[in-house]
Amino acid sequence: MNCDEFVELVTDFLEGALSEEDEQRFVGHLAECAKCERYLDQFRQTIAATGELTPDGISSDARGLLLNAFRDWSRP
Amino acid sequence: MAGARELPPDDVLVSRLREGHEETFALVLDSWSGGMMRLAMSFVSTKASAEETVQDTWLAVIKGIGGFEGRSSLKTWVYRILVNTAKARGTKESRTVPLGSLLTEEEGPTVDPSRFRGAGEPYAGHWAVGQEPQPWHLPEEQVLRGEVRGVIAEAIDELPPRLRAVLVLRDVAGYGSAEVCSLLAVSAGNQRVLLHRARALLRGKLETYLTGAHEAVAGRELA
Ligand SMILES: [Zn+2]
Repeated sequence: MNCDEFVELVTDFLEGALSEEDEQRFVGHLAECAKCERYLDQFRQTIAATGELTPDGISSDARGLLLNAFRDWSRP
Repeated sequence: MAGARELPPDDVLVSRLREGHEETFALVLDSWSGGMMRLAMSFVSTKASAEETVQDTWLAVIKGIGGFEGRSSLKTWVYRILVNTAKARGTKESRTVPLGSLLTEEEGPTVDPSRFRGAGEPYAGHWAVGQEPQPWHLPEEQVLRGEVRGVIAEAIDELPPRLRAVLVLRDVAGYGSAEVCSLLAVSAGNQRVLLHRARALLRGKLETYLTGAHEAVAGRELA
């Protein structure tokens, strides 16, 4: 396997979606190529960092409106 | 804004919401609205419209919680309402997100081919000298509080809609692939293609920021 093929298979590899044969080729390249090992590691770090994101929420106006709506709705 | 606060299990959440427990409502509202905003942005054209989508979704949740049957998780149920609301709104804004087959710009390499040795060179297809990934330092504090957050958030906002939808659901909201395929009506294979492309674009932006910012290396950004 070449590096340019490796970089396209990273998500399939992480998802366990590679055929057995491709997975062996992927892992074989990983064992031999420190640059692609770094690429895979950076890919994983990117995914982890994305998972740490606490996205911007809604505005405080909208939040207040929804809290009021919840209060009104649940009041008998 | 809530951080990564632990939410009680679904059955507790649902019964408290049905009882009109305001704190619980505020908790889920604060925990999920951010991810919902980003997801809504995949379907509609403006931030204001995304916010209205999220509001409409929550109003539907408030009215519908009594009838929630628990066949999926509460969050999935909320996200389903969001996707339907956002799709309807997006169609009205004639910004349809065609799901199903891949678009041409979603095919092809995710790493600039010029970073690899060309055909005919020794070791063709391997990283070219000076174009290989450079070491990173990505300390966790920097991810949680620092500029890196901003870099990632901006990169997500710049993703094409379909890529953004898949990435937000998988990597921000933490859904599994089966759920995302069902929510967005894409095949498992296409979902992986979209996800891979989105992740590769984000890695590229981080690379530019983390290595380029210090070395002032130009022209390495992914197209
Ligand atoms: Zn390699």
